[in-house]
Amino acid sequence: MRLFLSLVFLLFMSMAQAVIETYEFDSAQTEADYYTLINELRCLVCQNQNLSGSNAELAQDLRRQTYEMLTRGDSPEQVVEFMVARYGDFVLYRPQFKASTYLLWLGPFLLLAIVLYLVISRVRATSTASVVSDDAMDEAKQLLQQDPDGQ
Amino acid sequence: MSRFALPLGIFVLMVGLLGYGLTLDPKKVPSPLIDKAAPEFSLPMLEVPARQLSNKDMQGQVWVLNVWASWCVSCRAEHAVITELAGKNLVAVIGLNYKDESADAIAWLEQFGNPYSVSVVDLDGRVGIDWGVYGVPETFVIGADGMIKYKHIGPVTFESLNDIIIPTLKELLG
Repeated sequence: MRLFLSLVFLLFMSMAQAVIETYEFDSAQTEADYYTLINELRCLVCQNQNLSGSNAELAQDLRRQTYEMLTRGDSPEQVVEFMVARYGDFVLYRPQFKASTYLLWLGPFLLLAIVLYLVISRVRATSTASVVSDDAMDEAKQLLQQDPDGQ
Repeated sequence: MSRFALPLGIFVLMVGLLGYGLTLDPKKVPSPLIDKAAPEFSLPMLEVPARQLSNKDMQGQVWVLNVWASWCVSCRAEHAVITELAGKNLVAVIGLNYKDESADAIAWLEQFGNPYSVSVVDLDGRVGIDWGVYGVPETFVIGADGMIKYKHIGPVTFESLNDIIIPTLKELLG
């Protein structure tokens, strides 16, 4: 039984290794860029996985593309440009800040501003409404000045 | 009454937005290549690997590029539709045999029939990447000016053929 289990374990271990191909990098910087990119680029086949997490054929091809571009000296920005030109903004997990994505980036802050405005105006409205009239203040003062024992 | 107006308004807005979201297909990623020049390629022909076909050879005519593979199950479903399109003799239908074994691809065409004017071989999927292909089948309509006019993702149905692709082709042909 123990032998069987360890065999099963070994089987899965080799599968886990098969997911990512190994590339040789000429510099640590290129390697770091490569891993940053494959973590930030989306695999379009299995849409909620990035390139590093997916073993789809397309993800393998795009990893190879990323590797080739980086090792021939392209910058990470050029790789991103290449991908966006072909697959659109959807390929990026961190969309670029441009006219068509302003709402996406600024929307939450806009929403926060609207909520703050509503909350503040409502609090102001209730606090002004609760201001006591002059007559009521005078009455209160008189009551306070009364001798508690004199009743 | 007015104190319900704001929450109700927000609720209606949310329902509207979420309802609209339900009608969208997250698998359909709009291609940034529409109205851009078709990416260049020069690939060996499936049946005659010694000869190459380039998109320059198609310049000046309206044509259709259909990405297919023998391993692609929905390509079988689509095959009848592509055959119907090719049978209309409106435009040349070029096949892009995507990441396939050529022997399997030729056998597939023999089994089901060959609707393509010619198929070209994209063995390692590089041309596929240039064209933004992320799922097979995909179908592109290219105008006489060499621009991509329309892209269909997934199998073309008779409905989308008759309602969108053929009208688009007729418009391009003038």
